[in-house]
Amino acid sequence: MELSGLFSYLVFFLSMVSVYAVLVLGLNIQWGYNGQLNIGVAAFFAVGAYTTAIATGPASENYLGGFGLPFLVGLILAMVVAGLLALLVGLITVNLRSDYLAIATIGIAEIVRLFLKNEGWLTNGVRGISSIPSPFDELQGIAEGMTYLAILLAFVGGVYWICQRLFRSPWARVLRAIRANEDAVLAAGKNVLLFRVEAFVLGSMFMGLGGALYAHFVGFISPSAFDPMFATFVVWVMLIAGGSGNNRGALLGALVIWAVWTLSSSMIDILADIGLLPDQLATQASALRIFLIGLLLEIILLTRREGLLPERPPKAIDRAD
Amino acid sequence: MIDFLQIVIYGIVLGSIIALGAIGVSLIFGILRFAHFAHGDLMTLGAYFALAGVAGMSLPMFAAFGLALGATALVAIGIDRALYSRLQQVSPIILLISSVGVALMLRSLIQMIWGPDNEIYQSGISMPWTFGGLRIQPTQVMIVGGAAGLMLLLHLFLQHTRFGKAMRAMSDNPDLARLSGINTDRIVILTWIIAGVLAAAAGIFLGMDTRLHPIMGWKLLLPVFAAAIFGGIGKPYGAVAGALVIGLAQEMSTLILPAAYKPAVAFALMVIILIWRPTGIFGGKVL
Repeated sequence: MELSGLFSYLVFFLSMVSVYAVLVLGLNIQWGYNGQLNIGVAAFFAVGAYTTAIATGPASENYLGGFGLPFLVGLILAMVVAGLLALLVGLITVNLRSDYLAIATIGIAEIVRLFLKNEGWLTNGVRGISSIPSPFDELQGIAEGMTYLAILLAFVGGVYWICQRLFRSPWARVLRAIRANEDAVLAAGKNVLLFRVEAFVLGSMFMGLGGALYAHFVGFISPSAFDPMFATFVVWVMLIAGGSGNNRGALLGALVIWAVWTLSSSMIDILADIGLLPDQLATQASALRIFLIGLLLEIILLTRREGLLPERPPKAIDRAD
Repeated sequence: MIDFLQIVIYGIVLGSIIALGAIGVSLIFGILRFAHFAHGDLMTLGAYFALAGVAGMSLPMFAAFGLALGATALVAIGIDRALYSRLQQVSPIILLISSVGVALMLRSLIQMIWGPDNEIYQSGISMPWTFGGLRIQPTQVMIVGGAAGLMLLLHLFLQHTRFGKAMRAMSDNPDLARLSGINTDRIVILTWIIAGVLAAAAGIFLGMDTRLHPIMGWKLLLPVFAAAIFGGIGKPYGAVAGALVIGLAQEMSTLILPAAYKPAVAFALMVIILIWRPTGIFGGKVL
């Protein structure tokens, strides 16, 4: 590969890592801080992507659009709509235990996917929405890619900063306490349900933001880009591999797992080229890669459940000050 | 009226298939205390094992059926020994996440081995029987009859055998069961055998009713959970009742909703029951 090709690949790679990092940080608020099992990450991811695509995209006869709103407004709307969906789900499921929330969020993801596929007037159905504007249309090629990467990194930094601030706040301490012993927190007079809804909504808003950043990055979205299982699953593996409850772990997990994902593709190509991989498997390369990610998750769960960077709760505050 | 009865028939067929899956999910929850997310893909695996028997080894359907049930049960035990049993001491939530991983691995394996396209057991169209305008496929009778037969066997097993009683005891109170000398490890394996056999049967019936596809079982997971929750989790008989309600509701929804939204109906019913009566209509456990 030429140097410039390698460079542009690196830009692409880091951009995808950034998008996923925002999603993983969002999931960390729900699962890492509060122990909420959201298996419907793809739903909030997709809702964010579609919201900004409709808000900022060009007009079309086939679906709703043509509002031509600016990039930042698209992102904010994506967070708002994802947050509203999460509020709706949260209010229904908030007093349910974790397993029920997991099943309910799968249901939400499935319904969102069916909605995106079937409500063509809004989403253009299976054909998807194309020409989602990039915030820097005047730039071309690698300059555009690098500028957008800078924006993505700024957003990752911002979300990370917020998450870190929250992690040390009394708010997150209550969330962790709920995770550990809900009854005790209830007995201490905290409104457990409210805290859980807040964590669920905030986490989902970040997922919506991740979806919007993704939509502007790739420029084209369709329901198949948000396969409910895969989009959700990779985010989960990232968080568990990196270390749930640890924001740095969330970032590291996004980087490491996306690297594994990318490398597995190259490895499969190489193995197929030199004939070490049966043809039948080579044609099913995507299934093979998903299998390997699943295997990786099981190995992590069996051997290093804490992830690469285990959670380190902040030290108790010294009351003397 | 005929149209309505036709839909009721579809609903009962779908309900029978869902019931076989929901009983398994309910038993696993009762014994192992976690929501098994790989159950849908276990169904798919059973369906493809039968395909391997019919198309690969040219076995008659009933022989392939038996082979698939056994093979799926073995896979279920293998997954439990390799993963779930090692995570059992940790937490039910880790088990749940592990089962999501298993779901994806099973589906990818199926796609790698059999490819991503639709498959059918036998080509050729069987003529439906008609009763005054009502059309019934021979396969539909087989599905409902087969499912009812399996459920009857399970009922006899749970009520009248020593192992069945031990299973119910362990579902009610695992510690007490262990104290009273029940070999709980053996009960866990037995649970996986039953769940695997029923899942395979559900998958095969689903394949007979429609077609085989690597995500066929995953798509049924939501109705299966909805049925198990509706009937009260941990209650096999409730699961059967829940499955019939979900199956009928899904098919009847086509009268007023686009057919694409069938899974949403299962979800809506599940949400209503969770709010109104979280232990299900038969008073099962709360997850």
